[in-house]
Amino acid sequence: MLSRVADSLYWMSRYLERAEHTTRLLDVNLNLMLDESPISAERRWQRVLQALGNPKHIEWTGEPYALTQALTFDTGNKASILSCIISARENSRHVREQISTEQWHRLNSLYLQVTRPEMQNQRQSEALVHGMTQPSEFLQSVMEAVHQFQGVTDSTMNHGEGWQFIQVGRYIERACATALLLQAYHVDLWEHPEKLADGNEYLDWMGLLRSATAFEAYCKVYTADLTPDQIFEFLLLDEEFPHSVRFSIDSLQCALEKIQGDSGKARAETLRRLIGRLQSSLNYSSVDEILNQDVLGYLGGIQSQCRAIHETIYELYVDYSIQAALAG
Amino acid sequence: MHPTQSSQFEHAALKNYLLDHAYDEMFTGLGDLHPHCEPLLEHFSSLPTEELQRRKQAADLSFLNQGITFTVYGREEGTEKIFPYDLIPRIITAAEWATVEHGLTQRITALNLFLKDIYNEGRILDDGIVPREVVYSCKHYRRQMMGLQVPRNVYIAVCGTDLIRLESGEFVVLEDNLRVPSGVSYMLTNRRVMKRIFPQLFRSYNVRPIEQYTQLLLGTLRSLAPEGRPEPNIVLLSPGVFNSAYFEHAYLARQMGIELVEGRDLVTHDNVVYMRTTIGLRRVDVIYRRVDDDFIDPLAFRGDSILGVAGLFNAYRAGNVTLANAFGTGVADDKALYAYVPEIIKYYLSEEPVLKNVETYLLTRSKERQHVLQNLDKLVVKAVGESGGYGMLIGPQSTKAQQAEFAQKIQADPRNYIAQPTISFSRAPCLIGDELQPRHVDLRPYVLYGDKVTIVPGGLTRVALNQGSLVVNSSQGGGSKDTWVLSQ
Repeated sequence: MLSRVADSLYWMSRYLERAEHTTRLLDVNLNLMLDESPISAERRWQRVLQALGNPKHIEWTGEPYALTQALTFDTGNKASILSCIISARENSRHVREQISTEQWHRLNSLYLQVTRPEMQNQRQSEALVHGMTQPSEFLQSVMEAVHQFQGVTDSTMNHGEGWQFIQVGRYIERACATALLLQAYHVDLWEHPEKLADGNEYLDWMGLLRSATAFEAYCKVYTADLTPDQIFEFLLLDEEFPHSVRFSIDSLQCALEKIQGDSGKARAETLRRLIGRLQSSLNYSSVDEILNQDVLGYLGGIQSQCRAIHETIYELYVDYSIQAALAG
Repeated sequence: MHPTQSSQFEHAALKNYLLDHAYDEMFTGLGDLHPHCEPLLEHFSSLPTEELQRRKQAADLSFLNQGITFTVYGREEGTEKIFPYDLIPRIITAAEWATVEHGLTQRITALNLFLKDIYNEGRILDDGIVPREVVYSCKHYRRQMMGLQVPRNVYIAVCGTDLIRLESGEFVVLEDNLRVPSGVSYMLTNRRVMKRIFPQLFRSYNVRPIEQYTQLLLGTLRSLAPEGRPEPNIVLLSPGVFNSAYFEHAYLARQMGIELVEGRDLVTHDNVVYMRTTIGLRRVDVIYRRVDDDFIDPLAFRGDSILGVAGLFNAYRAGNVTLANAFGTGVADDKALYAYVPEIIKYYLSEEPVLKNVETYLLTRSKERQHVLQNLDKLVVKAVGESGGYGMLIGPQSTKAQQAEFAQKIQADPRNYIAQPTISFSRAPCLIGDELQPRHVDLRPYVLYGDKVTIVPGGLTRVALNQGSLVVNSSQGGGSKDTWVLSQ
């Protein structure tokens, strides 16, 4: 497979995952805002920004809908949902022949939906700020579209190297996003790790789980009793929940293994070591061990390891030096 | 010159059908048809208008869903349009096709010999058949090609020649496209849609198939691989997603099962071309390039090109990679050189040209220039190095101001223009709204030249959809229709 094609598939997938994550985070927080909450609006939305990695040029100005608008429609901001969808579609356009027609249709109609002229007008009139229900409907439809795209991808595309690169993009993005989300909630959650939540606090913690689509899945494992250490364990170490960091890293490892199978294992020694180390740390640590050490440091470590994995993937498959490739 | 309004056609859709001196692809006169068109008209007449509209919509939808679009330049980035499509096929009889095939084979053979000659010994220049200054002043002449041996001496592997029909019904050559001719994907998809929408009609006609084109193209490219490369890696080089023909590039690559690459996917080392893949560098042997000469190698040609591959030309010179078409083929489709093609055919093949040229005035000759300048309102003036219907003056349809502008341009740079009489080329019936109306059409068959010359029976029939218009280019409001070559 051409390196450029792998690159485009990887980023198409990452951008969509990012769009979905941002969408869900906004939807959950706009919804929670309707209830009273012990934490101030400022704290809540600062936390949203932090969970998104503090995107450049976006600041909390005291107005939740204005912030939502910036994070949704502002194409000047690379992290906005709209920018992510445009970038994903642009990447897919460059590899139109590598993806299935169904995938292209799904992604293209999402793109047409979010960029259609009526959306522009709505943005200008800032109807969003006034109509309370509108953002939610819109955000829901974006999430649905991304889910449909993933389903169509799995059922219509060859599960060959290209599909594996799509998996790599999705899960590396997801692992980072979940780690970042836990980091953002850390201060509020871990003052009393074993405390059982009540009242508004309960809503807030439920919000954290719902930000990772994890509330129902969590309840099946731990019942509806929310405690910080169990939430942490679930989102970080659960083996079966698709948005947990461990699940993401396992899936990432699996996809990279397949790609290495196609391209020769010897080359990929560094990459195997990096991903294997991260995977072992998640597979063989207990939640108590992690909570007893520097939690923020641990979560930061996951992100920097993901960055290192990303860079190594690029050195190996996409951006390798010609000299090295000729010598090898 | 007296247009006749025919009142004898029975079908309501034909009541305003215009017949005049121009050749009509269906009718020979008042209510009379070419015999081979009778079942076609009968079939269309038997369909109620609503049914015709329904099928037309089905065809349009099919194009849209397949993403068969082209990009219009000079508008907002990413303006994608469907190539308009007409339902009524254009029919060419077996005898007509035999002449076309013979003529095109002769022409590509001679033009290829011409290119070999001017880039090597230059006999035809020594013998004074073609003046040196016409060749050397050509915008697409590439001195870098001098003395270079190309595989099998094939310079033009793929060519799309534009033919038109005169009032007599005779096919003549309007222009040769020897650089990167496009449109073949429309020929193939038109056929696919037509077979789906009119299966019975199609079957009743014994139409010769064209679907083998992509396989023939692949075979042609393979036959041109450098020596010692029995399993050549063939790629299609595209300028990328913003090019107007990107759909076609992707379509052909997929149909041939070869990799679609862009300049940034290729690297050269020690005069060998490689493509970057996830498993490392892979050697490339044949490049079907859809990038113009100018942009293909920033070291050899335009330094500001970001579409090309640095070092590609040296690899080509070293014989390590084949490019189809070769560099510098554009010299032979220059519109001034076009006037010499009949002489070129006689010179190399000692044969009379089977397909004639359109009469052409060379504006470097002062007598012809004077004549043209006095008759700008009657003639068509074309810039020699342009294509796609750009840089043209159509005398009878132009304003005084446009004529004055062209007169100035011609006097400033006579080598850059040629003039031809305004030809009323043939018309074919098209479905416009609810009615059948005649529209001007041309024909672009695609000629392949590898170990032999192959022409799939058919081509792209382009239609000037605007009433009275003589410009068929897709960028200028043109459409297309399926072309049926009959087997007997």
